[in-house]
Amino acid sequence: MSALLSVQGVHTFYGSIEALKGVDVTINEGEIVTLIGANGAGKSTLLMTICGKPQAREGRIVFAGEDITRLATHDLVRRGIAQSPEGRRIFPRMTVMENLQMGAIAVDDSHFDQDLEEVFTLFPRLKERITQRAGTMSGGEQQMLAIGRALMSRPRLLLLDEPSLGLAPLVVKQIFQAITAINRTKKMTVFMVEQNAFHALKLAHRAYVMVNGRITMTGSGAELLANEEVRSAYLEGGH
Amino acid sequence: MDYFIQQLINGLSLGAIYGLIAIGYTMVYGIIGMINFAHGEVYMIGSFIALITFLVLGVVGITWVPLALLLMLVFAMLLTSVYGWTIERIAYRPLRNSPRLAPLISAIGMSIFLQNYVQLLQGARSKPLQPIVTGSLTFFDGQVTISYVRLATIVLTLALMVGFTQLIQRTSLGRAQRACEQDKTMAALLGVNVDRVISLTFVMGAALAAVAGMMVMLIYGVIDFYIGFLAGVKAFTAAVLGGIGSLPGAMLGGVIIGLIEAFWSGYVGSEWKDVATFTILVMVLIFRPTGLLGRPEIEKV
Repeated sequence: MSALLSVQGVHTFYGSIEALKGVDVTINEGEIVTLIGANGAGKSTLLMTICGKPQAREGRIVFAGEDITRLATHDLVRRGIAQSPEGRRIFPRMTVMENLQMGAIAVDDSHFDQDLEEVFTLFPRLKERITQRAGTMSGGEQQMLAIGRALMSRPRLLLLDEPSLGLAPLVVKQIFQAITAINRTKKMTVFMVEQNAFHALKLAHRAYVMVNGRITMTGSGAELLANEEVRSAYLEGGH
Repeated sequence: MDYFIQQLINGLSLGAIYGLIAIGYTMVYGIIGMINFAHGEVYMIGSFIALITFLVLGVVGITWVPLALLLMLVFAMLLTSVYGWTIERIAYRPLRNSPRLAPLISAIGMSIFLQNYVQLLQGARSKPLQPIVTGSLTFFDGQVTISYVRLATIVLTLALMVGFTQLIQRTSLGRAQRACEQDKTMAALLGVNVDRVISLTFVMGAALAAVAGMMVMLIYGVIDFYIGFLAGVKAFTAAVLGGIGSLPGAMLGGVIIGLIEAFWSGYVGSEWKDVATFTILVMVLIFRPTGLLGRPEIEKV
């Protein structure tokens, strides 16, 4: 396996506040890697820094052998990075179809129909709602749309920020099944931020733990699931 | 009745012009949340470019009226677009991440600059133009006349509106533009070059304002460096009345303002027509700040 994404000593600031304090993360081709940690640890900031919003003040981000640290956000999709961001950020006043079209806006549209079919196979619910305004859908449907939209650009690396947040357990299960399916059948690499640590660790090949803008632990999903520290900090309270 | 229809026609053609300018206000507001106070001047520049094009065409010997009009339209739209693009680049883009007041002040500065720029280059005296398009349709035994120019203004505006709505609703550029209105960060994550979309918004607004400028010159036959101020403020009123940020709203607001002006002038007297228009602005801001077709900010996210 070769490193698809490598984050090297990245520091990110919001104004004078240092949100990431020297983060190193490596994602290999074909893996599902998860990043767990408490609220405000900097998990979402890391995903957004990979996408250049904001850009890292120090350190390097290398994707598929290319230094992307200083690239503009809108140039990353064409290189193969797509994100389903925190809060889903679907376009509420557009239809489901228009949202999916937006997902494919920066890429060659010759395989649009095929990609659309694949998203509908993954999330049949979206097909039923194709002409509905996205803002009127339920949280789970919006999450499906956010992931489907990201898939429409045929990414090599899919960044997912809290895909299970605020969703009913049954829907969470559906979403995680879909993520596994994307990884298995399409060989897509997934980097996922999650608060739902139990599910995420079960699903992931490898995992990182972030505390206050630093990576404090790393290992396989199973290792971290068995780790006492992780259990008491992130898994207590039952799932 | 005849008189009523006459005022109706006058109001519609005037309203079409306000509507064309109002679209520039409403689109820019929709995408970057600022009022482009220099937009009235863009319209004024559009009418000057149309006039200059006409004079140049006369010099080079193109006097066949339909061709001359077409060339005027094309040049006015193209060159005014360049102005729109440049204004955004110089006066607004450097202030993209500043407090909201900064670009607003920059807009007012740009407005004053453009007025003086045209005054300096073209002189302060108003520019008369002999009628290029003459003739009219008459109805009701000559009681109602619709000049060809007014008719053309209404038809051209309708055509532009239809085309423009299609552009916004059906093309990927239109989708990108609506996406930027709703969430610029997300649009960038999807690969939309947000700065380019904003530039294009200014270009489109300027092109439509240029059409308005050219039609005004043809209807009234006289322009000066100051016409942008009042027309701009009225088109802004139209945009607010229709609901700022809404394209159909801008058009509707323009038509309503045009009709009010025409009927006020026709039945009450033209002295107070501006007061009537601005009373509406005040009323709308007090009683329905979202405008007629504006959307209240309630959305499930």
